[in-house]
Amino acid sequence: MRLKTFHRKKVVTVFFVCALALVLLSVRLVDLMLFESEYYAKKAQDLHERERDIKAARGRIIDAAGNVLAANRAVCTISVIHSQIEDPEGVIRALTEKLGLAEEDVRKRVEKRSSIERIKTNVPKETGDEIRKLNLAGVKVDEDFRRWYPFGSLASKVLGFTGGDNQGIVGLEVEYEDILKGSSGKILTLTDARGVELPDAGESRLEPIPGNDLYISLDSNIQKFAEQAASKVMEKKAADRVSVIIMRPSNGEILAMADVPEFDLNDPFALPEELSAATDQERQDAWNRMWRNGCINDTYEPGSTFKIITMSAGLEEGVVSPSDTFSCPGYKMVEDRKIRCHKVTGHGAENFVQGAMNSCNPVFIEVGLRLGVERYYHYFQQFGLLAKTGIDLPGEAGTIMHRMEDMGQVELATVSFGQSFQISPIQLAATVSSLINGGRRITPHFGVEVRDADGALLSVLEYPAGEQILSEKTSKTVRAILEKVVDGGSGKNAYIEGFHIGGKTATSETLPRSANKYISSFIGFAPADDPQVLALCVIHDPQGVYYGGTIAAPVVQEIFANILPYLGIERDNK
Amino acid sequence: MARKHADYTLQMIVLALVVFGLVTLYSTSAYNGRVRFLDPGYYFKKQLFATALGLIAMAVVSRIDYHLFARFAGWGYLLSMALSGAVLLVGDSYNGSRRWLSIGPLSFQPSEFAKPAVILFLACIISRYRKKPGSIRTLLLVVCLVLPIVGLVGTNNLSTAIIILGIAVILAFVSNPKYLQFVWLGLTGIGFIGIFLSMEQYRLERLAIWRNPEAYEKGFQTIQGLYAIGSGGLFGRGLGESLQKLGFVPEAQNDMIFSIICEELGLFGALLLILIFLLMLWRFMVIATHAPDVFGALICCGIMGHIAIQVILNIAVVTNTIPNTGITLPFISYGGTSVLFLLAEMGLALSVSRWRK
Repeated sequence: MRLKTFHRKKVVTVFFVCALALVLLSVRLVDLMLFESEYYAKKAQDLHERERDIKAARGRIIDAAGNVLAANRAVCTISVIHSQIEDPEGVIRALTEKLGLAEEDVRKRVEKRSSIERIKTNVPKETGDEIRKLNLAGVKVDEDFRRWYPFGSLASKVLGFTGGDNQGIVGLEVEYEDILKGSSGKILTLTDARGVELPDAGESRLEPIPGNDLYISLDSNIQKFAEQAASKVMEKKAADRVSVIIMRPSNGEILAMADVPEFDLNDPFALPEELSAATDQERQDAWNRMWRNGCINDTYEPGSTFKIITMSAGLEEGVVSPSDTFSCPGYKMVEDRKIRCHKVTGHGAENFVQGAMNSCNPVFIEVGLRLGVERYYHYFQQFGLLAKTGIDLPGEAGTIMHRMEDMGQVELATVSFGQSFQISPIQLAATVSSLINGGRRITPHFGVEVRDADGALLSVLEYPAGEQILSEKTSKTVRAILEKVVDGGSGKNAYIEGFHIGGKTATSETLPRSANKYISSFIGFAPADDPQVLALCVIHDPQGVYYGGTIAAPVVQEIFANILPYLGIERDNK
Repeated sequence: MARKHADYTLQMIVLALVVFGLVTLYSTSAYNGRVRFLDPGYYFKKQLFATALGLIAMAVVSRIDYHLFARFAGWGYLLSMALSGAVLLVGDSYNGSRRWLSIGPLSFQPSEFAKPAVILFLACIISRYRKKPGSIRTLLLVVCLVLPIVGLVGTNNLSTAIIILGIAVILAFVSNPKYLQFVWLGLTGIGFIGIFLSMEQYRLERLAIWRNPEAYEKGFQTIQGLYAIGSGGLFGRGLGESLQKLGFVPEAQNDMIFSIICEELGLFGALLLILIFLLMLWRFMVIATHAPDVFGALICCGIMGHIAIQVILNIAVVTNTIPNTGITLPFISYGGTSVLFLLAEMGLALSVSRWRK
């Protein structure tokens, strides 16, 4: 059949209808790709972009001697991207050799068909650089920071450590988190639908801002002396633990704070054998015990060292003077209670200074009773004992004290020689510092300055100007009496030829009294007439002889013998 | 009537499309090939093989006198019905649809064969039908003839059934001098589609997704396609630079490939491709109007309808101009059987072009 004209017309009609449809679709495309392009392109971009954080280098912690106590170590994470590996055998060989891993482990990971497989984390930077230099296709070397404590366990309970995100967990690391942490940067990368980053996609980068350095008053040399002395007495007396605080009474700067046993900051989750635990809960408890800083997190009955407070209050109020005479028959009756002196046979006749040298309980009970509950409580509060010291470490324990309205004569008598209430060691050290420094309340602290990574000073850390809690005159009298305690009194074991040292011993029995567990302590300062340094040593549960004057005073004596020359305190050979 | 050269322009257009198709197919499928088969060239190699076969088929068919095919038109039609029936019983499923027949390592999609078979068969029957060409009976005859294959293919591949039906309507339209009855046919068709759509809930759901794809989880593919198109802008990201093909547009090398072309080559590239298709349709029109007889004209017209329907529906779906239905873009989308029979069809058109007046 031959083609007719209508056939041709119809074919042309079909063509033009189709052409019209295509033109209309082109118009639709122009609309989508030019006028709605922005909307869809933005949505598509949101879909493709992934944000990845770049860790900021954490600020360092630097001690008074200029030693870096907490630093960062550049570490690398080595990964392989399966689809980009060109020479699997070469990659396996190189990684096995450089990383010191078993070949089969590396092989398993390299041959695994995953988008990205991590081979090893925390690889030293040098090793990472060597691997990067090999230029192996499909091998990725990512740099990262890891907190590093060059001195290991030194001052572990003060410094604290950081967690997986480089955030502070305990100690100064958490207290000064805002200063140390810096702010992390960001990398914007493009990814495919599975979230795998595209290798060649241009990435935009926001550089991280490193944290600032914290300069602290702690001196690693003094800290070493303190920890050595504490460890030595802990071992010798088979004690539970030993706390030592060394500070400047004039401004509250802490030079050392030891609480042995310390733990390894570079491996803070490693439990010693005797603390090994089965359940998660037990393990958590064991960690908490290990990381606990007994100097600030725990309270104890201070015992006779607290007589310094009673002495200060009594002298300040004028209810007693150094020349007042007392008589000790070996006990004192308070209401119907017979409270014993530690010397059962009694000290006999003695003046107030001799009573302090003998650490005679009846003398201080008498001073306490002369003050009365209200005035005693007033001084307790005025000396700052009811509040916290405000030390720049987390978790400071508060004072556990009777309420004033619950205090009778018996309670007053026991408080006067340091029993029936609890304070933390740092509270005792800070309060005694304030009483002997001329009477001004100080805030114990570590943080001194904040500097940037280049050492430029950013800020000096300020602490509240202390109130005058005791007159200078009384403070001077207290210093003189405490020097006598060391120079021939119960604290004579802290005496060092040529130095003027003041101090007070204490021996307290822990609750329950039936357990026969003791806490021996000594608080001392030097030079007695112008205190530059104060040291408190608290020995928990020593075996054998447990008198503070016998076992704790020699610890402070040993520390002072080492650090007084170091601090530039001259011998006085008068 | 004399033997002449096959239409050069059409040959050039076909080659251009094939090359364009292979390049974009490699670009779009490399990611999926690498992720699934660890071989970026996986899809490309298979397509290249089918294209080579197709080009050979095109060369052979173009050299054969197309009148020779009239003798096999009936058998070809019966064979396509048999294959379409067989696929329902022993076919392989892929992505939930039973559309493939496997012979050894090769797989074959009977519905792709059905399209040229129907074109040839209808062209043959209509050109021999010598009764009043304008009667409604011719129209009914054509519709009745294709109903069996439309039913068989339509059971699991609605889109191809619509294409076949569309080709049949175009052929009936061209062979009939009247216009008005086709307007009625069109209106009836729209009515039927309405009833058909409302019969099943999921089809109405497709309509809802079409109107607001971002509100539905099933609108994911459509939305991802639109993101790709919108990201293209005027000149695109550049060849190979698509991000949407990286798993965002599912099966980017298949039905949605046009969206990736838009993303990589921009409005410029997309319009260029539409222009090439338009040129191709124009050549079919020229060959059809210059054909020596109605048989040749109808063959070319059927092929024009085939290509036009697929291109229009594909681009309309990708741009979310109509509700989503799975139609591939001729010569560009991945599919071995498709490209093989498309090239054979081109051979048929070229054969007709050699006999033009």
